[in-house]
Amino acid sequence: MGVWTSYRLRLQRKRRQVRAFRKRRELSEIANRTRIIRPDDILVFSTLRNERIRLPFFLKYYRDLGVSHFLIVDNGSDDGGREYLAEQEDVSIWTTGASYKQSHFGVDWLNWLQRKYAHGHWTLVVDPDEFLVYPFCDTRPLRALTDWLDTSGVRSFGAMLLDMYPKGPLDAQPYREGQNPFDIACWFDSGNYMIKKNPFYGNLWIQGGPRTRAFFTDAPRRAPALNKIPLVKWDKQYTYLSSTHTILPRGLNQVYDEWGGEKASGCLLHAKFLDTFSAKAEEELKRNQHYAGGHEYRSYHLHLKDNPDLWCKWSEKYINWRQLEILGIMSKGNWA
Amino acid sequence: MSLGVVMLVHDALDRAEQLVRHWSKHDCPVVIHVDKRVKRRPYARFVNALSDLENVRFCGRHKCEWGTWSLVNASQTASELMLKSFPHVSHVFLASGSCLPLRPVSEMLRYLNARPRTNFIESVTTEDVPWTVGGLDRERFTLRFPFSWKRRRWVFDRYVNLQRRLNIKRKVPAGLVPHLGSQWWCLTRKTLSDILHDPDRESYDRYFKKVWIPDESYYQTLVRLHSTDIESRSLTLSKFDYQGKPHIFYDDHLQLLRRSDCFVARKIWPKADKLYDSFLSDSAAIMTGAEPNPGKIDRIFSKAVERRTRGRSGLFMQSRFPRMGFENGLTGTPYAIFEGFTEVFEDFEPWLERTIGGRVHGHLYAPDRVQFAGRQTDFSGALTDSVSLRDYDPRAFLTNLIWSTRGERQSFQFGPTDNQDISWDVAKDPNAYISVISGAWSVPLYRSTGNFSEIRREAARLQKIESDHLDILRSGYSRARVRVWTLADFVQNPMEPLQLILDEIGGRMNTRLTEAPKLVPLDGFGQFLQNLKNQGMQPYLMGDYPPGADPVIPQREIRKPYLIQ
Repeated sequence: MGVWTSYRLRLQRKRRQVRAFRKRRELSEIANRTRIIRPDDILVFSTLRNERIRLPFFLKYYRDLGVSHFLIVDNGSDDGGREYLAEQEDVSIWTTGASYKQSHFGVDWLNWLQRKYAHGHWTLVVDPDEFLVYPFCDTRPLRALTDWLDTSGVRSFGAMLLDMYPKGPLDAQPYREGQNPFDIACWFDSGNYMIKKNPFYGNLWIQGGPRTRAFFTDAPRRAPALNKIPLVKWDKQYTYLSSTHTILPRGLNQVYDEWGGEKASGCLLHAKFLDTFSAKAEEELKRNQHYAGGHEYRSYHLHLKDNPDLWCKWSEKYINWRQLEILGIMSKGNWA
Repeated sequence: MSLGVVMLVHDALDRAEQLVRHWSKHDCPVVIHVDKRVKRRPYARFVNALSDLENVRFCGRHKCEWGTWSLVNASQTASELMLKSFPHVSHVFLASGSCLPLRPVSEMLRYLNARPRTNFIESVTTEDVPWTVGGLDRERFTLRFPFSWKRRRWVFDRYVNLQRRLNIKRKVPAGLVPHLGSQWWCLTRKTLSDILHDPDRESYDRYFKKVWIPDESYYQTLVRLHSTDIESRSLTLSKFDYQGKPHIFYDDHLQLLRRSDCFVARKIWPKADKLYDSFLSDSAAIMTGAEPNPGKIDRIFSKAVERRTRGRSGLFMQSRFPRMGFENGLTGTPYAIFEGFTEVFEDFEPWLERTIGGRVHGHLYAPDRVQFAGRQTDFSGALTDSVSLRDYDPRAFLTNLIWSTRGERQSFQFGPTDNQDISWDVAKDPNAYISVISGAWSVPLYRSTGNFSEIRREAARLQKIESDHLDILRSGYSRARVRVWTLADFVQNPMEPLQLILDEIGGRMNTRLTEAPKLVPLDGFGQFLQNLKNQGMQPYLMGDYPPGADPVIPQREIRKPYLIQ
């Protein structure tokens, strides 16, 4: 990396920090319980809008993994989700009515909160429909993973977004509050992912899966990115650029091995495709607050009219992390 | 006769306390060295918590840092105190605060009592160890290492390079032969006190202060001076990863550790409650009397290291994306590519499937759709027959297909009408078996009934594409197993090449070919080529196909194989 590239990246990082600093005014505090955060707690950061029905399972899932505190930005929910979160003892919540798009899809808000509260903590940045699975997650708490990453001198942990879907039409099995979404959406694509390396930021750009094959066959370039780096030992100098796909400084994007070996990695099981999806897609299309002019949601809308079945003969039914590791979607690396 | 434990502690004091109590309860005196970095208050609390135990002592504290002399110094101080305070101790065992005894202490005592003069310390010469990190093995003993590797890596590296360039070498003190080994040992009282009271100890210490990672070489070297009864292995099960960091044990290793029959294991994750509870409780005191046998654990950890350093070949994923040339095989299993065979034979695909088994696809890279076997719309790994998705990343399409179908041989057809973007990838892949009938693309043209000038143009285009493709297959970078026949040669005697291919790919059995696929009729094909020439195009990839007279295709008699009963 030349001096010039390095300088440009630094400048970009600083610019995003300033931006996050300015955007802090858009957040108004509802419940701030950050005082109870202890020095080695693992924190979850999330931005959400109208996800009330998902919240109980989301909180339970991450509490069980050993997350101690949730810091959440609510982007104008009107379904009671905000009030529900404000009651939780381990949640700090801010609300804003400002534009999601203008804040880089929530990244600026979270960058600010992370800068303020997450310095020195392992942080997990996930949406309420993303559930982290990592090697040995059935027998070892998240703390075991972060301790191991600490002793190995690793600061960031990659977890690819794995789109899960039900068999049959999306609205055939309604999701109930508190239910494990993967009781319904338990299928995934095992081997149709396409990877490119981004030479500037050094991260991988992964596309594929059911969304690409069902909604983006004509324009695969526009298919959503699946690479994510959600788990980072945060430092206030760090900043996410676009969702958790890219992070600066650039070295944190190196969650993959380039010399033939495998680094340890996990998966974010993505419970997007439930019966709630079509309503969500409709709403997001109207709000037009999403990435690339909402192209993604336009495409969903176009296909959802036919009530598609994402399932095919070659879909895999989710069992556990070991299955994902054998299929080569994630890896244990040298953690044994 | 009893066993004394020298324990080096630097964090997880609550676990250390639990361990000290365990040793102490079983009449093993403990001398504890606590790292000076531990703050005053936690230290006081720790000392206080153990104040009720009579056979526990705390020794003077040193500031410890990995890879430096301080660790040896700490163990020396603690060992001296051990020898002085507990005269009845016959073996001294060096342990850390995260070393967990896996077998009852009484059993370990019995084991040591049966071998009263034996020193258990791994000690091998530098020539014989593969596990040195950072490329320093012999140089550990001949260079100086005053800078911390952990904190000041840059200076460390520069200083090593400087010494190498200036060819500075330290002299190993006379009489010493450098040995290396695991830092966790169990020595007899006599050997340990000989080492500590050696008249030359001062000069040895001075020397080892500047050696790199002296805790892995100080006792290991000196023990050779003072004892001949050395069992070169550690009683502590301790595995290291490729960066020289110890592997950590968790609750889910419980059964594995139980079955290993090792006496002590490290490093245990401090929050692995189940491990601590079950191994430190007396209820689990089953005497097996077995020799330590860490084979299974060894395998698991060496597999982990291999996964981290070499990975699964043929896999491209979020945490394994090798640079070009470092894939260690673009694919993991062999596959076959046939070029021109479906053009020449009428029923090639079903025939091939019957003969060699596996999955036989059509033209996977065809321009109109992906021709999966049986013309399915989707395939293994949820690949679809969409051309735009395939052409978005043709290489990923191939690697995904081969990865997802591990264990089942894939074969597919290819030709100049297909997407050529994978030419280089398959040419460089040693798993690709590529068989080409060059010029076979002309057969469909000859059978088509189009405008001849268009056919001529198409023929010229395809010939150019195939010629480029063949250049790639024949280039110096090509590592695939490539066989090329010209169309003329092939139709003269199709059985021989087919037999050759089958022998090489190794079908279900290595028998003689009994059933051949049916050649398409080629009457007048020679004339067709002549017509192309007459139009000013030179069809050369087919070889010397006689114009006018059609080749007589010999119908060879196929003999039945002899049966021997």
